[in-house]
Order: sequence, then structure tokens, then C-alpha cells
Amino acid sequence: MKLTLKIWRQKDRNDKGKIETYPIDNVSEHMSFLEMMDVLNEQLISEGKEPVAFDHDCREGICGMCSMFINGEAHGPDRGVTTCQLHMRKFNDGDTIYVEPFRAKGFPVIKDLVVDRSAFDRIQHAGGFVSVNTSGNTQDANAIPIPKNDADKAFDAATCIGCGACVATCKNASAMLFVSAKVSQFALLPQGKVEAQQRVLNMVEQMDKEGFGNCTNTGACEVECPKGISLENIARMNREFLKAAVTAE
Amino acid sequence: MSNVLDSKIPEGPLKDKWTNYKSHVDLVNPANKRSIDVIIVGTGLAGGSAAASLAEMGYNVKAFCFQDSPRRAHSIAAQGGINAAKNYQNDGDSVFRLFYDTIKGGDYRAREANVHRLAEVSANIIDQCVAQGVPFARDYGGLLDNRSFGGTQVQRTFYAKGQTGQQLLLGAYSAMNRQIGLGKIKMYNRHEMLELVVVNGKARGIIARNLVTGELERHSGHAVVLATGGYGNVFFLSTNAMGSNASAAWRAHKKGAFFANPCYTQIHPTCIPRSGDYQSKLTLMSESLRNDGRIWVPKNMEDAIAIREGRLKPTDLKEEDRDYYLERRYPAFGNLVPRDVASRAAKERCDAGYGVNKTGEAVYLDFDAAIMRYGQEKANLLHETNASEARIRELGEAVVESKYGNLFQMYEKIVDDNPYKTPMMIYPAVHYTMGGLWVDYNLMTTVEGCFSAGEANFSDHGANRLGASALMQGLADGYFVLPYTIGGYLAADIRTGKISTDLPEFVEAENDVRRRLEHFINNKGTKSVDHFHKALGKVMWDNVGMARNEAGLKEAIVEIRRIREEFHRDVFVPGTINEFNPELEKATRVEDFLELGELFAIDALHRTESCGGHFREESQTEDGEAMRDDVNFTYAAAWQWTGNPQEPVLHKEHLEFKEIELKQRSYK
Ligand SMILES: Cc1cc2nc3c(=O)[nH]c(=O)nc-3n(C[C@H](O)[C@H](O)[C@H](O)COP(=O)(O)OP(=O)(O)OC[C@H]3O[C@@H](n4cnc5c(N)ncnc54)[C@H](O)[C@@H]3O)c2cc1C
Ligand code: SF4
Ligand code: FES
Repeated sequence: MKLTLKIWRQKDRNDKGKIETYPIDNVSEHMSFLEMMDVLNEQLISEGKEPVAFDHDCREGICGMCSMFINGEAHGPDRGVTTCQLHMRKFNDGDTIYVEPFRAKGFPVIKDLVVDRSAFDRIQHAGGFVSVNTSGNTQDANAIPIPKNDADKAFDAATCIGCGACVATCKNASAMLFVSAKVSQFALLPQGKVEAQQRVLNMVEQMDKEGFGNCTNTGACEVECPKGISLENIARMNREFLKAAVTAE
Repeated sequence: MSNVLDSKIPEGPLKDKWTNYKSHVDLVNPANKRSIDVIIVGTGLAGGSAAASLAEMGYNVKAFCFQDSPRRAHSIAAQGGINAAKNYQNDGDSVFRLFYDTIKGGDYRAREANVHRLAEVSANIIDQCVAQGVPFARDYGGLLDNRSFGGTQVQRTFYAKGQTGQQLLLGAYSAMNRQIGLGKIKMYNRHEMLELVVVNGKARGIIARNLVTGELERHSGHAVVLATGGYGNVFFLSTNAMGSNASAAWRAHKKGAFFANPCYTQIHPTCIPRSGDYQSKLTLMSESLRNDGRIWVPKNMEDAIAIREGRLKPTDLKEEDRDYYLERRYPAFGNLVPRDVASRAAKERCDAGYGVNKTGEAVYLDFDAAIMRYGQEKANLLHETNASEARIRELGEAVVESKYGNLFQMYEKIVDDNPYKTPMMIYPAVHYTMGGLWVDYNLMTTVEGCFSAGEANFSDHGANRLGASALMQGLADGYFVLPYTIGGYLAADIRTGKISTDLPEFVEAENDVRRRLEHFINNKGTKSVDHFHKALGKVMWDNVGMARNEAGLKEAIVEIRRIREEFHRDVFVPGTINEFNPELEKATRVEDFLELGELFAIDALHRTESCGGHFREESQTEDGEAMRDDVNFTYAAAWQWTGNPQEPVLHKEHLEFKEIELKQRSYK
């Protein structure tokens, strides 16, 4: 395949940045999108130019490191996959492809397609844990049976990879899907219930501080989430938040 | 020479060693812990759990990772599960049995005392993780579910669908988050350790590069823990994450930490084959597939050629024209032989010309028989006595989907082929490295105060690791072992006070790093870092891969030296030091891989026996099975850096087996 790539280049956080055009040839349909980017970078290096910086690590859809806004969609046109799992067979010979970073006030650009998502970590520091020490002197793992349905739902929420596609997709740059996934995981498990109220208050407070927008229920986040994190979690978080806010008064 | 290696195994009967150790080890009182700094490099299962535990105990922890968050460490990618001797299934499991399986699985090349401790603490790991809110799979009664894994006879593997590593790592990450919030852990994301700082023979700090700004930073501590993962990427292509590297361990090695058994590599039999030169990494298909898939290649060469040329489809081949080579060679274990045996058998068939994809390096993993078997069972259950073949197939596919749906989907996404209809294609790939920094019973390297945990050390898996045991080891090291052993070391250090980063050793280490970085930037050669990494990977795979022989290894050593020399002469690294520069990050990693690769080959050359993941063609039985040489090689090979990569010095830690009788493994 022969493609035209229109890629966002930005030297550092303070640079204004702009779109540059790169033609690329000999793209195999079996390549992943990031392998196509590797080929482009090899080409740029051989011409003595600076390669395009992008985040990636596992390249199998689990670490949440890769991002990229491809033709106006977080993680590109395919559903239920991250950019590293996207394959070039989803594109056609002759296509022009726009590649931009995840954009949000809470995610400043570091360079080219690399953004700073440490706001997500700070929200987790505020409450994304169960306060139990790692002494090994906890009770036996089977002491509290957990209904399979709750365990499965907690697991589904816990599969969030923290990629930030939900934020990048949302017109308000809201982080509700991400935060609600963690709140839900713990709210569904007996081990997490003890601190559930304080947790949701603290995490939401930090989320607001980081400059993420409000949720207006457009549901775009769920559509673009590579892990299928459900809007149900946002509803659950809202309930938890109300409960906590009422009792906190 | 070997007197340098003191493994510090406590006295007493094997089963009491750890308990006695814990009762007698020196402790640091809470007030003193507050004035002690511990540096932890790596936030995977091993480093993350160590950081959280040590911070809870009161130490000041500084933790480092090169990703943008500790949650993204390579541990996140582990799929299958974690072992623990809980015996919840009441199938006869015990601490001893887990210990025994691990020693035997490791082909009798691991240290008994460490492995026994691992088995002892394994049950606590599950308790701990559940208390943290890790959502393991459960049965309908609400209790934890188990699966069997890696050809063991008991069901001791705990799992969270195909994302066990993710859930365990997020558990450790949450424990870290709590301590970061409390200010007990200072987290340095996007920081890469580039040098270990040794002062008066003790590890006292690191030089790290801030990967966003490019700045070099000095960090001091009373102890340094390296939990930086394995070095499988020395092969360029592996199932490891792209950033996984050996640099932290290698830098420690060059500062005096011995590197043990570098040649012990695990090659996983079920990975998606390579599709082209642009390939950047290989994807694992969980081992669990071998429970139901049958592995085969065509019996006749003409058919293999026709398939490769696209003239014939695998489904066209009649049963009698297929060679189910594992079932043929190993009737007792069949498709469930251990990883190393399955991998070598696939290579043997492909080398003989029976490979089934364009590259000639692929075999089939076929679910047809399983689909029909499950379909028939289901039809019986539904009393559909006259079910047609199509109906049985439909029922069977649904059963297979419920068991392996996510894996089949992943395969289809990557290969664009429907594995329910045509057999999957698989080929072995580098997956895990059993070798690593030599550590004593305390997990301390031969540099005082420098500890190593998780895949980065050589400790528990001997020459071959059993499935679902790496996650267990990482968390055991971090949650339950280091908290005791580090305390024992630091108890003597309470009067030292803060360690200044103005010491000449820090200045010198920083200058060394700066010189290395400047060398790359100023080199202005003609070839990219990846070019050299791929060249190294090819030599490693061809000559130091699944089967090794003297001539090939000698050739590899010469070739690696040549590539290393060319790398330093002709590599091109764009950009500058003081900026976000991924090419520069890769350059320092590949620089270290090029030295490690040589030691790897030297180790493989010196070990003329076959054991576990290390197969020397010269040491095999008449029918091609691996042959150990217990008389000459019952030791761990710990290599010392001498300043010249061509002349490492070998130290031997002799392994004594008091509880277990050494046997040749047989899966016939
Ligand atoms: C695809 C796959 C599936 C697997 N499945 C299983 C399974 O089912 N069961 C099982 O038991 N095992 C499995 N394994 C093996 C297991 O996942 C690993 O061995 C284990 O997770 C390693 O953990 P670790 O903490 O030692 O290191 P890692 O998780 O590799 O962490 C390394 C850490 O070190 C940091 N780091 C490295 N170098 C530097 C540096 N120079 N400076 C700063 N930071 C640095 C990284 O940022 C990272 O935080 C699997 C492995 C793979 C590849
Ligand atoms: S909720 Fe989905 S899109 Fe948002 S961070 Fe988690 S995995 Fe990514
Ligand atoms: S690189 Fe890990 S999710 Fe894409």
C-alpha cells in the first residue's frame, strides 16, 4: 500500500506544533499501525531527520501506553482495540491518514504524539486502593465468598488499561469512565466497601482538580474505549458519590 | 575461586530455614527506618510489591520506571495465571509438591532453599491479593477458581481470565498509590537508571536520566533494589514489551555484580509466527491452548510445499497425511510436554522442511478434534441423538469459544484468519530469561547493598521455569522476602546518615554516563539503532536459540563482537541529549545487549550439557532428547566482569540436593 501520513509534530510542551506530511510506500496490510510508524521512522532516520515520537510498550493492547488519535478517532477506526493492535488492513491503498496526540487539558503534549497522563496516576493516589498492609497476615483468601456475578463485574471494571482514550474522545475531556471503573471495582467487592465513601469523594475531588471536564452523558467514551468499559460504571459511581455526599454532610 | 560466592543459606532442616531466619534476622526500629532511603528500580510485580511493602514498614522509598506510570510495567502482559500451594481443590497439593515440581521443572539447576521458601510463601500471596481487591476468577459458590497449567498434576493456578498479570500488577500499583499519597514513596516515572553508584564497595545510589527533559540525576540510598525484569529482548524479537531491557542489571554487573546462567532462556512453543521483516515483537498465545489443540505438520514433503505455496489448504489434508509429531514422539504427555520439549520438536520439523507458512517457520495447532468432541458431548447433554455433523460442530465451536474466545479473537485480529475454521499457525518465540543477577538467600547480589528481585535475578527457576511461576516469584520477592532480608542488611547501617550525592563516586558515575550519551549523539553514523539490534537478534536466534552447538556458538561470539564494533562506529542517533529522545534510550539499551549477548554465548559454550531451556546438540540421547551432565554441571555459573567482555571469569555455586533425588526428565 501507498499512503500519505499527516502527522502532528511538536518539539516540546511549549512549542506550538503543526501537521507535517509524509508519503510512505510499501506498507503491508499485515503490519500493525505501530509497525508502519516504525518503518516511517527508519525512513526518517535514514534521511537524517528526527523520527516521530510516540508512546508504546507491550504492543498487545494491555499496558495502555500507546495512544494516538487516528483520523479523528482515539486508537483509530477499529473497535475494541488499541492503536498497537490496529492493523493496516483496516486502511486502503492511497489513503491519507491523520495522526494526532490525545488532546485534553489534563494531558499536555510532551513531544509529537506523546502526552503526559500523570493526572490519571494522581487520581489513583487519592483513593484508588484498599487500605490493607502487605504483611501477609490477612485472612484466608476464601474466608469471604464473593458472588460470581459481583466478582465478574468487578473484574470487567478492573480491565481498564488507563490509556485515556475516553478523555481524548469526550468533547468535555471528562475522565468519568476511567475514574468510575476504579470506583466500581472496589465498590463491588467486600474488601473495598469499607472505604467506599471516602474513596469516591477523594477521587472525584482530585479528578476535578486536574482539570477534566464534566460528564454530559454523550456516551462517546464507551464507544471508543478499547476495553469495553461500560457506562454502567459511571452510573454506579454517581450513586456512590451521592450516597457519600449525603452522609458526609 | 568459588569461595567468593557465599549463598548464605540458613542452617537447619529445609522446611524450617525460612521460619528460623525470620525469627532471628536483625530488625531496624521504626524511628531508624525513617532515616533510611531505599531505591527501587522497576515497578513490575517484584519492584511494585517491594516498594509498597518497604514504604509501609517505614523506609523512605524512591521508585523508578521508564514507562509513564508504574502500572505499565511488563508484568501487565502476563496472561495465564499465578501458582500457589493452597490446595483449595483438595487434589493433593502441598508446599512440598510445589517445591518439588519447581525443582524438577527447572531441571535440577535451582537452589533448594530459595525454591522451598517460594513455595512456603506462595499461599500468602493469594490472601494478600484478595485483601487488596484483586478480582480473581470465582466459581458459582463464590470461592476462588483454579486451573491446571504447565503439565502439572494438580490445579494450583489462580487466574483472572487472560489478564492475571494485569490484575496482580494493578493490585501492587494500588498498594504503591496508597504510599505515594502518604508521601512514603516518591515515584519517578519516565526515568531510566543508567548507572549504579558504588561507594566503598557498597551500592549507594544510581544515576538516572529524566526521559522527558533528558537531565541526568543523582539519587542516593542505603540500599538499591533492581527489579528491572528479564533480558529476552537481546533476541530483538520476543514476547517481551518493546522497552524491556537488561541495562540496569548489566550496569550493576559491570560494577561487580555477578551475572548467573545467562544462557538459560525459555522459548515458548505457542506464539504467533513472524509475518515479515518489519515485525517488531511476537505475540504469545496462552499455553492453555495446548490442553485442547493438537499440533501437527504434513507427513509428506510435497504437501508441505504445496501448503507453503498456497496450492493446498490444511483442511484438505486427510488424517493419515498429518504428522501429530508430539503425540508420535511423546505418547505419555502428547501435546502437553513441557515448553522446551514442545519448542524443540517444532523446530526439528520446520528445519526438516515441513513448516507450513511462507517463512517455513510455523506448525499447526488444530482445534477440530476438540470442537467435534465437545460438540458431541454437548449434543448428548441436550439429548440431540441425531445431531448432524454441522450441528455438532456448531455446538462444539460454542464450547471452545467459551474457553478460549479472547485468544481466538486476538489471533484473528493479528493474522486475519478464522481459527475455528482453519487451524492456527504457531511457532516458538523467546519468552522469559531464567538467568540474571546472581543473588544469595537474601536476594543480595555480589555488590553489597545491591539487591535483585523478580525476573532480573537468577534465583528460583533453574534452567527452565514452569508456567504461572514468574508472577508468584515476583510477588514473593517483593511482598514477603525483601522486607525481611533488606532489614537484616540495613540494621548495620542505621548510623550512616544521609548519603551525599556530591561524593566523587556520584560525580564520576554521572560523567561516565554523560560521555556515553555524547558518544552516541556525536557519532553521526549511517545506521539506526534498530538495524544493529536486529542484526544481534538474528545471530542470537540462529546460533544461540533453541538448539546450540560448539561451532555455532563460536561463530556467534565472533559475529557479536563484529556487530558491537560496527555499532559503536556507525550508529546514528538523531536529536540531542537534553530532550525526549527515544532513539537515544534505545542506543544505551542496545549497547548493553551487545555485551550481554556475548556473555550469553560464552555461557552457552561453556555448558556442554543440555538442561532445561539450554539444549546443546552434542548432549542428546539417540532419539534426540536432552541429556544433562550432573557430574560436571550441577552448579550455577556466575560470571564476573573483568573490564573486557571477552574475558569474563567464571565462579561456580555448587548445588546440593538434599531433599530431592536427581533424575533425567522423561516425557515419553
Ligand atoms: C506475554 C507474557 C505472558 C506471561 N504470562 C505469564 C503467566 O501467565 N504467569 C507467569 O507466572 N508469568 C508470566 N509471564 C512472565 C512474567 O510476566 C514476568 O516474568 C514478570 O512479570 C516479570 O516481573 P518483574 O517485576 O520481574 O519485571 P517487569 O514487570 O518486567 O518490570 C520491570 C520494571 O523495571 C523497570 N525498568 C527496567 N529497566 C529500567 C531502568 N534501566 N531504569 C528504570 N526502570 C527500569 C520497568 O519500567 C518496569 O517497571 C509472562 C510473560 C510474557 C512476556
Ligand atoms: S476507561 Fe477505557 S478508554 Fe478510558 S482509560 Fe480505561 S481503558 Fe482507556
Ligand atoms: S503498546 Fe501497550 S497497549 Fe498499545
